[in-house]
Amino acid sequence: MVRELKITPIKNGTVIDHITSGLALDVLRIINIQSLDKDSTVSVAIRVRSGKLGWKDIVKVENMELSPRKVNAIALITPRATISIIRDFKVQEKRTVDLPDRIIGVLRCPNPNCITNQPEPVESEFEVTERHPVILQCAYCDRRVDSFLSQLA
Amino acid sequence: MSLHGRDVISIRDLSREEIEEILASSRKMVPYAEGKKVTHPLDDQIVAMAFFEPSTRTRLSFESAVQRLGGSCITIADAAASSMRKGESLYDTIRMLSGYAEAIVIRHPNEGSARLAARASDRPVINAGDGAGQHPTQTLLDLATMQEAFDTLSGLRVVLLGDLKYGRTVHSLAHALALFGSEIVLSAPPTLGLPDEVLERLEHMGAKITAEPDLHKAVRDADVLYVTRIQKERFPDESDYRKVAGSYRIDASVLRDAKPRLIVMHPLPRAGEIAPEVDDTPHAAYFRQAFLAVPVRMALLNAVLGGAKKGG
Ligand SMILES: Nc1ncnc2c1ncn2[C@@H]1O[C@H](COP(=O)(O)OP(=O)(O)OP(=O)(O)O)[C@@H](O)[C@H]1O
Ligand SMILES: [Mg+2]
Ligand SMILES: [Zn+2]
Repeated sequence: MVRELKITPIKNGTVIDHITSGLALDVLRIINIQSLDKDSTVSVAIRVRSGKLGWKDIVKVENMELSPRKVNAIALITPRATISIIRDFKVQEKRTVDLPDRIIGVLRCPNPNCITNQPEPVESEFEVTERHPVILQCAYCDRRVDSFLSQLA
Repeated sequence: MSLHGRDVISIRDLSREEIEEILASSRKMVPYAEGKKVTHPLDDQIVAMAFFEPSTRTRLSFESAVQRLGGSCITIADAAASSMRKGESLYDTIRMLSGYAEAIVIRHPNEGSARLAARASDRPVINAGDGAGQHPTQTLLDLATMQEAFDTLSGLRVVLLGDLKYGRTVHSLAHALALFGSEIVLSAPPTLGLPDEVLERLEHMGAKITAEPDLHKAVRDADVLYVTRIQKERFPDESDYRKVAGSYRIDASVLRDAKPRLIVMHPLPRAGEIAPEVDDTPHAAYFRQAFLAVPVRMALLNAVLGGAKKGG
């Protein structure tokens, strides 16, 4: 625990822990750090020892709370991640990244001929048809999706 | 009927009971479809034909169906000339159209377009083909053809022949056959087999499925031989194509060992898959199949719109 905290304790912000090792940079891409306050510190630990996973990555972001959409995107690529909200250096709230039954606007449909890949005023939409492992189905064209990293919108 | 006011986008949107109701109604529609009797449950109703892709037979059979029911049509038949060319989205076009008609029939080159249209429209939408996606009324008329010939849709042995990979009609048909408990025999060239995804879904439904790539063996115990087109574009070189297409051609010699009541079906247009000599045999059901498009579409339109008179 103390070894993890050596990264940089934060006063207020979000910690995404138990990220499948190797995916921290993808989580950063989902968070879109460009969109954060210029003075928010972002620390990343890659390949940290973890009892549960063997190895894991951790991302800590100051002054940010994740939108439900971003949580869904993280849940898709690393379903065992946990998200802790830090307030005044303390863990205020900790939760796992549960997938809802529908994923809206997070992924692109891998079917290039799908209507959602055309300039239409609609968001992509997938139904979660299986959870272990996760399989999604496009609500428009029925295409099944079981790998998500390359499809993140 | 429970279909009243509903969208029909995929054959999977319909239960077995709903399909049975449509087929029963379709049988009653035959004399009206032939013009021998007159009915007008769609009096004063307008159905919009939104065809963003050329399709003569599907559009004309829908238009005929609407008019045989006493309704009238407004039609987008040439997408290039329509507002789509000015960059209007499908969503906006359908939204607008839903203010002009009681229902919309859509054909569009993109998969998922019919579901998008259904969301854009507050009137029922019927999918008449969305790219390589769904085409539920084709499946309904395929079923109507089999039911007319055998008086049942259960326990039939149906050979699906040809391009089972890209042929969207066979995916929906296979689903329906599984729903009714008929046996499916897959007869496809090695590179054009049923996609795993479709096969898994059918097995999940408990479908009886076997594969018999040899056409002659497949035909022997079959009740239905459902032939699809094998498209040249699917093959890297022309000689492969000709070899495969040649081995899946239906002629009198292929049908020699067939059951006397075997019917040969094809969604048409055919391109040499069935020799003209088959046309004059009792096996040929493809022209009947094409005709049944009208009563089946009448039955569906009537189920979706019938009784929905203005002010009523
Ligand atoms: N002030 C802080 N600044 C930065 N990170 C913090 C802070 N407080 C807690 N964390 C981190 O937040 C996460 C959750 O904290 P917690 O104390 O619940 O960890 P834990 O006991 O290791 O629980 P877990 O079972 O989730 O690993 C851990 O990754 C921890 O390192
Ligand atoms: Mg820990
Ligand atoms: Zn799609």
